[in-house]
Amino acid sequence: MSPAENAIKIKTEGISFYYGPNRALRNVSIGCLERKVTALIGPSGCGKSTFIRTLNRMSDVVPGSRLEGRILLDGRDIHAADVDVVELRRRVGMVFQKPNPFPKSIYDNIAYGLRINGMRNKRAVEALVEKSLRGAALWDEVKDRLDDNAFTLSGGQQQRLCIARALAVEPEVILFDEPCSAIDPIATAKIEDLIERLKKDYTVVIVTHNMQQAARVSDFTAFMMLGELIEFGPTDRIFTAPAQKLTEDYITGRFG
Amino acid sequence: MKISTRKGILQAVGFLALRAAMGLVLAVLVLFLYDIGRKGGGAISWEFVSQAPRKGMTEGGIFPAIFGTFLVTVITAALAVPLGMAAAIYLHEYARQSRLTRLIRLSIRNLSGVPSIVYGLFGVILFVNVMRFGTSVLSAGLTLGLMTLPWTITASEEALKTIPNSYREGAMALGATKWQTIRTNVLPYAVPGMLTGTVLGLARAAGETAPILFTGAAFYLPFLPKSLSDQFMALPYHLYIMATQHHAIQQVRPLAYGTALVLIVLVLGLNMTAVILRYRLRRKQR
Repeated sequence: MSPAENAIKIKTEGISFYYGPNRALRNVSIGCLERKVTALIGPSGCGKSTFIRTLNRMSDVVPGSRLEGRILLDGRDIHAADVDVVELRRRVGMVFQKPNPFPKSIYDNIAYGLRINGMRNKRAVEALVEKSLRGAALWDEVKDRLDDNAFTLSGGQQQRLCIARALAVEPEVILFDEPCSAIDPIATAKIEDLIERLKKDYTVVIVTHNMQQAARVSDFTAFMMLGELIEFGPTDRIFTAPAQKLTEDYITGRFG
Repeated sequence: MKISTRKGILQAVGFLALRAAMGLVLAVLVLFLYDIGRKGGGAISWEFVSQAPRKGMTEGGIFPAIFGTFLVTVITAALAVPLGMAAAIYLHEYARQSRLTRLIRLSIRNLSGVPSIVYGLFGVILFVNVMRFGTSVLSAGLTLGLMTLPWTITASEEALKTIPNSYREGAMALGATKWQTIRTNVLPYAVPGMLTGTVLGLARAAGETAPILFTGAAFYLPFLPKSLSDQFMALPYHLYIMATQHHAIQQVRPLAYGTALVLIVLVLGLNMTAVILRYRLRRKQR
């Protein structure tokens, strides 16, 4: 393993997040390694979705919210004055809980991100659309129907379309916010395979309420509760020899 | 009696009541259209819609009134459509949801309930006197525009509300700016709804008398308006004159019904346009 692969890609330093007066995150510090999958697990309402949304500043749009602490992408503060949030979100892509294709054709869904980022060359767009769909393991299923509306796809296909859409703008980090919570087990397996392959090229952070999923796909796992980070470490260790009693109780199913 | 049969009877009675309510509304509408059609149909001819009134408006047609209504509606649209859509976009997409925006929204809703004669008087003061546009097509159009504005804002905002937040989040997560998101991933899907509400508002404006009464509509003009600062004849006002103010009311009654018929067809046409427009735009997206 080369040293570059071990570098910390994105890191939070003691972040707290407030929705108005309510604190949703308390002093959370996590470092996600480059080209690794970091999973966030914890009971509902533990702040894992809030956390992942701070990483591409999608949390900014919540009125009355406030963030304390620092988040560093490649060592640079993502809230620094000279950071363009639009460029940040291009570099840190996101796949949402429910598949959210746009009501456009399959092709235009993928091309959308390219067009808004100023790509006009038709051939280049075409090439990237194909590359992205291949990257999301969807190409073979849709190559003959690129002009069909994206809503004609099944739920699992829609979610892979959303992954392809995120890949198209060539991000460095991809955030998955419970990507499988709205799709069936077979489609879930496909997406898990996909995540496994994506980590060759991308840094992946995934929120999941499914512990088995975290165990299957991730290299590192963070366990959160009530807005606090309880334990963070290599997935193998978290699931076999958790250091904290709370973590053990959670992964053994004593609560959740 | 078994509970299930009682529930069944209740349901049947409920449906019947709902059907009757709808039937009543429809019956009134049909009766109304039938009456106007029967009494006004005879007056309709090519001459009626293409020529000016003659002999103290006892003969001839209503072309100047049709033309005037068309012209004033264009001005109304020019003010109310862009401003209404822009205000709605601001209110729904940009403005923070605070007490102030709630107050603004409430005021807009209230404005749409203000009687049209009040708009008429306001138009006289603002456009005719203060801004010195005189009694003219422009003053009347702007007055109607103001009156329509609350409707277009409300309708446009309702249309924006129907666009799922996931479209906005999805676009922004790909690196779209707020405006790019709105322009490319919100407005295209909201515009059909916005247009429908807007055209309905315009149709209502086209049929209004009170706001144009003091701001530009003329009793009778021997010529068509040549510029926006001329007075004009308008269908609703013409109808009002023919029905209540004319010196030979009995004699011109068929003409009055004819005018009413033309006005209704015009307004209905505008409403149909809205429906067709929405249908077309929606289908194009699928």
